[in-house]
Amino acid sequence: MEIDLSQFHSVFFEESFEGLDVMEQELLNLEEDSTGKSSSDLENVNTIFRAAHSIKGGSATFGFSQVAEFTHVMETLLDEMREGSRAITREIIDLLLKSVDCLRGMLNKLQDGEPVSNDYVELVDYFNQLLAINSDDVKSDSGEDESCSTPNSKVSGWSISFAPESYILQTGNEPIRMFKELRGMGHLAVRADLSEVPSFSDLDPESCFITWQLELETELEKLAIKEVFEWVEDDCKLEIRSTAEQNNQSNVITTLTEDDDQKEADLKIKAIPGAPQTDKKLVPIKNTETNTKVGKKAAATTSIRVGIDKVDTLIDLVGELVITQSMLGELGDNFDMGKIELLTNGLRELEANTRELQESVMRIRMLPIGFVFNRLPRMVRDLSSQLGKKIDLIINGEETELDKTVMEQIGDPLTHLVRNALDHGVETIDKRLAAGKSETGTITLNAFHQGGNIIIEIKDDGAGIDPQIIYAKAVEKGMIQDGIDIPHEQIIGMIMEPGFSTAEAVTDVSGRGVGMDVVKRNINNLGGSVEIASILGEGTTFTIRLPLTLAILDGQLVRAADEIYVIPLSTIIESIPLSGAQITRIAGDMPVYKNEGEYIPIVNLCDEFDIKYDKQSTNEGLIAIVEGENRKIAIKIDELLGQQQVVIKSLETHYKSLQGVSGATILGDGRVSLILDIVGLSKRSAERAATRRNQVA
Amino acid sequence: MTKILAVDDSASMRQMVAFTLKTAGFEVTDASDGDKALEIAKKQTFDLVITDVNMPNMDGITLCKALRALPTFKFTPILMLTTESSVDKKQAGRAAGATGWIVKPFNPDQLLATVNKVVG
Repeated sequence: MEIDLSQFHSVFFEESFEGLDVMEQELLNLEEDSTGKSSSDLENVNTIFRAAHSIKGGSATFGFSQVAEFTHVMETLLDEMREGSRAITREIIDLLLKSVDCLRGMLNKLQDGEPVSNDYVELVDYFNQLLAINSDDVKSDSGEDESCSTPNSKVSGWSISFAPESYILQTGNEPIRMFKELRGMGHLAVRADLSEVPSFSDLDPESCFITWQLELETELEKLAIKEVFEWVEDDCKLEIRSTAEQNNQSNVITTLTEDDDQKEADLKIKAIPGAPQTDKKLVPIKNTETNTKVGKKAAATTSIRVGIDKVDTLIDLVGELVITQSMLGELGDNFDMGKIELLTNGLRELEANTRELQESVMRIRMLPIGFVFNRLPRMVRDLSSQLGKKIDLIINGEETELDKTVMEQIGDPLTHLVRNALDHGVETIDKRLAAGKSETGTITLNAFHQGGNIIIEIKDDGAGIDPQIIYAKAVEKGMIQDGIDIPHEQIIGMIMEPGFSTAEAVTDVSGRGVGMDVVKRNINNLGGSVEIASILGEGTTFTIRLPLTLAILDGQLVRAADEIYVIPLSTIIESIPLSGAQITRIAGDMPVYKNEGEYIPIVNLCDEFDIKYDKQSTNEGLIAIVEGENRKIAIKIDELLGQQQVVIKSLETHYKSLQGVSGATILGDGRVSLILDIVGLSKRSAERAATRRNQVA
Repeated sequence: MTKILAVDDSASMRQMVAFTLKTAGFEVTDASDGDKALEIAKKQTFDLVITDVNMPNMDGITLCKALRALPTFKFTPILMLTTESSVDKKQAGRAAGATGWIVKPFNPDQLLATVNKVVG
């Protein structure tokens, strides 16, 4: 039968990666409570075993032989652990963790259609050494199936006596089916012995009392006949004898008739579809076919697993949408102005349905952040033993959901922050004891929703960041002038500024900040922000705030001249009419808005984007005070329009990246509107102001 | 139409088995572990059950025993998907009332050849 196995590959990869995650996590759990062998330990090992077993089964079936080979030795070791014949030691857990990494690499390669490197062979050898020490019977009965029924051109006769146990039928094995199979192999004569069948009144209809004597003439060997009875060999008395052996004296006759028999058998095999001979030929051809397809397979499409409840909600919503639609359709068939209220009601309902549907569809992309958190315990384990520190990792809120795209991109910054907390935040055991702390440090990860955002906190109870050291370093770097009074939070925040975090600048100071600017930039690129709070001697907390999704934004529509822009609602602090505002000009021509002693630069969108406008109206309209990365700007606009959710379309894919614009959206009337990027806009206007100043000077 | 219940915790194997059997004209119901399979089996009959051995919640051996205890599954063929390394699993399966086994790895043709031994 033509079945293309490659169609199951993406599912196989997905579940294998999941299986590896499970293995890793359970291995770490195993290590934590490996004080004694408890029943929970056994369950852990069982789970790990099952995961390895599934990967082995799948990889062998789908033709990934190297993965199958590797998981086979892993499975053997895990089986010993499960049976209790092998102790669970740290070395074994290390080895298994390393194997998980190795397998992940192999599967990644295979998924991309690339050949697997031979690194795994070393690990396999190591496994085999380990296994050989413990037991000699590593080689189980594999290879047993090698010697299957290769057709032998010589027809020979077999005499089979088959006496099944009375319970045979209750195993689901049906003697008649076995005889049918034998008949497919050649010429068969069956004789039933009913002597053991009891009288009708004593007869148990569920038991078998019959024994059989079978005579088979076939080209196939004894092994093929045995195979027919393979499933019942322990549930019957079975004797298979060659008739040639049996009647040694009638040898002459046998040879004489052989020719005829063979012809007859040949004919039969051709006539019976599905006879073993034809089967055997098909199998190897199929195998090579699937193998070549594996090689050709390009990178797999990514998929997502969705809870059934989410799908049910969608189906409900679509149902409502259909009802509303048919209601509106009916209304349109014979419409008169008297029904205008019905129409508006219907349209309102349609809008509600659509919005709910949109929200539910977006929710499909939402995954629990546990997917990212899960890789951290392993890292903390490895790194803390490497650094000689003792660290507890506490994770809260791993079920908090966020968009898949956001999650994929938050993984690295998050890992970096945790590593940083481990490396530079938590002190060594000696230092902790000297400071009167417990020798085990704690890193806590919290995730929760707040408004339309997800908040992730990375908290350590380490030494904290010394603002004075940072201040001194910033002065040395020329980032600030000595003597300026800056609030502590702002000083600490400087460790994430680009100029600050070069490797050698930091390791000898507070040890903070390697690559922190990259972390900050990545988070900002996701539309998020990161804040640091630190108390010297008590610890540091990084708070990451991220939008739940990248695809939709709560926007404020604003008009500047004839253009409509979208300002992210979350950035707006307030809007005030220009007439009452205190506008001053500083540094020549730079207009600023003065608010409680704070000067906020005013950005005129029309100037920024070269829109023609009536200069007379400069003093009309409003300013919207917005904030991005702790920097405020006041955007001069002509009118505030509605607030609405907008679907973000990337400008980079359709046009090119522009500073001050994070994307575009299509409005209800079909117009394209640019979405303002506040951080970019403030930088852009600052640069423009600087050039202008230079020109004046 | 011949009805088959396919039980495996691995989605890819389950899909492969179900797809192969459906293509060959069987009616297939699938379940991701023994627990779920047993629930299904209590509500309807099948002509054949194909089950993996290692599964969470309820493994294939326990499922097999539980099915044999149901009057409707007393004589129903039950095939186990096993790996060649588990000889004792075969024994345990047989003791639990399994009819036979399919050795992993197998390809669609091998699967069908084995299935045809017990149904059709």
